[in-house]
Amino acid sequence: MKTQDFDFLAGLLKERSGLMLTADKVYLLESRLTPLARKRGLDTLDALIQKLRISRDDVLIKDVTEAMTTNESFFFRDNTPFDLFKNHVLPAMEKARGPKRRLRIWCAAASTGQEPYSLAILLRENWAKWQGWNIEIIGTDICTQVLEKAKAGVYSQFEVQRGLPIQMLIKYFTQDGDVWRLNDEIRNMVTYRPFNLLSNFIGMGSFDVIYCRNVLIYFDQATKKDVLERMHGTLAADGTLFLGAAETVLGITDKLRPVRGQRGMYVSSSGNAEELMGLGS
Amino acid sequence: MKLCLVVDDSKVIRKVARRILEELRFDIEEAADGQEALDACDRNMPDVVLLDWNMPVMDGLEFLKAVRAKEGVEQPIVVFCTTENDMSHIRTAIEAGANEYIMKPFDREIIEAKFSQVGLI
Ligand SMILES: C[S@@+](CC[C@H](N)C(=O)[O-])C[C@H]1O[C@@H](n2cnc3c(N)ncnc32)[C@H](O)[C@@H]1O
Repeated sequence: MKTQDFDFLAGLLKERSGLMLTADKVYLLESRLTPLARKRGLDTLDALIQKLRISRDDVLIKDVTEAMTTNESFFFRDNTPFDLFKNHVLPAMEKARGPKRRLRIWCAAASTGQEPYSLAILLRENWAKWQGWNIEIIGTDICTQVLEKAKAGVYSQFEVQRGLPIQMLIKYFTQDGDVWRLNDEIRNMVTYRPFNLLSNFIGMGSFDVIYCRNVLIYFDQATKKDVLERMHGTLAADGTLFLGAAETVLGITDKLRPVRGQRGMYVSSSGNAEELMGLGS
Repeated sequence: MKLCLVVDDSKVIRKVARRILEELRFDIEEAADGQEALDACDRNMPDVVLLDWNMPVMDGLEFLKAVRAKEGVEQPIVVFCTTENDMSHIRTAIEAGANEYIMKPFDREIIEAKFSQVGLI
């Protein structure tokens, strides 16, 4: 691929989704976009690039952007963020939101739904406690294709074995030939919609818990800072933010800080979330 | 290091499981059917048993029931690992005291995920 073509595509992707592509990722462009070019009746990736250059075809740009996302996810990924949710976040929120009985949770890079559904399952496990509560779990992602799969709630045998305890498979899934369907009681707890983290958060409202895991790794430092600071703006003062295992706020923004000793868990620097959760520093 | 007893009538499967589990830092013993596995347990109770279902002599479910019926021993964690992949088999296994259940084919990631769920890793 010619350097100017690489630069063109990398610039387009950075602008559209924040994705940072370094020159060693040329193979990724080729392997993901060549099939897309063919589907569009174009012979080569070069032809696709030419088309992108001359016509600002929004549908094509969207397809290119989506094709370049990495959507891997699994149930209860890394365990700890879900143990912390169950053992610290939920008890704290039960107290703090008791008067209003309202809880809002945002999975900001929800991909195929395993993360929001893991949270829904944990809530469901203690459902009696949440009777009369208005609980929203919102899953968003830039990629509409993965959201379709998330909404369907249908997973392969391989997918349900990566992280999902067998008791939960028995309780919350129904087998359908080769695949496993999530039962409606869990499926209906999550709402999905397309949302780009680069767009503004006006209208999102305020969240008590945000999961934004394994997406900031694809962004450059300035974009990480921008997204994190705006996320801080939508996070309740006593709310909690979870990032992926390879992500942090340290050295990026001081509006948020890590909870000492708890991997992947962050709170507002000015808030009192740790005290509420019994995770005093 | 924790001891894992790998029970499967296929030598190939035992070898694959052994390789994965050794990488995860387990000591391994092997048995080719439920009876051999029971004998191994009598000699030296493992921390965990990775257990196939269909085997000659004694199948996995019979083995599980026999182990769970033993009194005065430290009970091992039992993880089924079988091609039986329907809900009724899964329920039967869990009701008989299995702790986790792997549907074949499996790979390192699945073993790792399941073993960490039951607190072995
Ligand atoms: C690796 S997945 C993470 C899934 C899940 N959070 C987890 O940790 O398992 C990353 C997701 O981020 C999404 N993504 C990438 N850029 C985005 C953006 N600018 N806005 C919203 N989502 C984005 C991708 O489409 C992809 O589904």
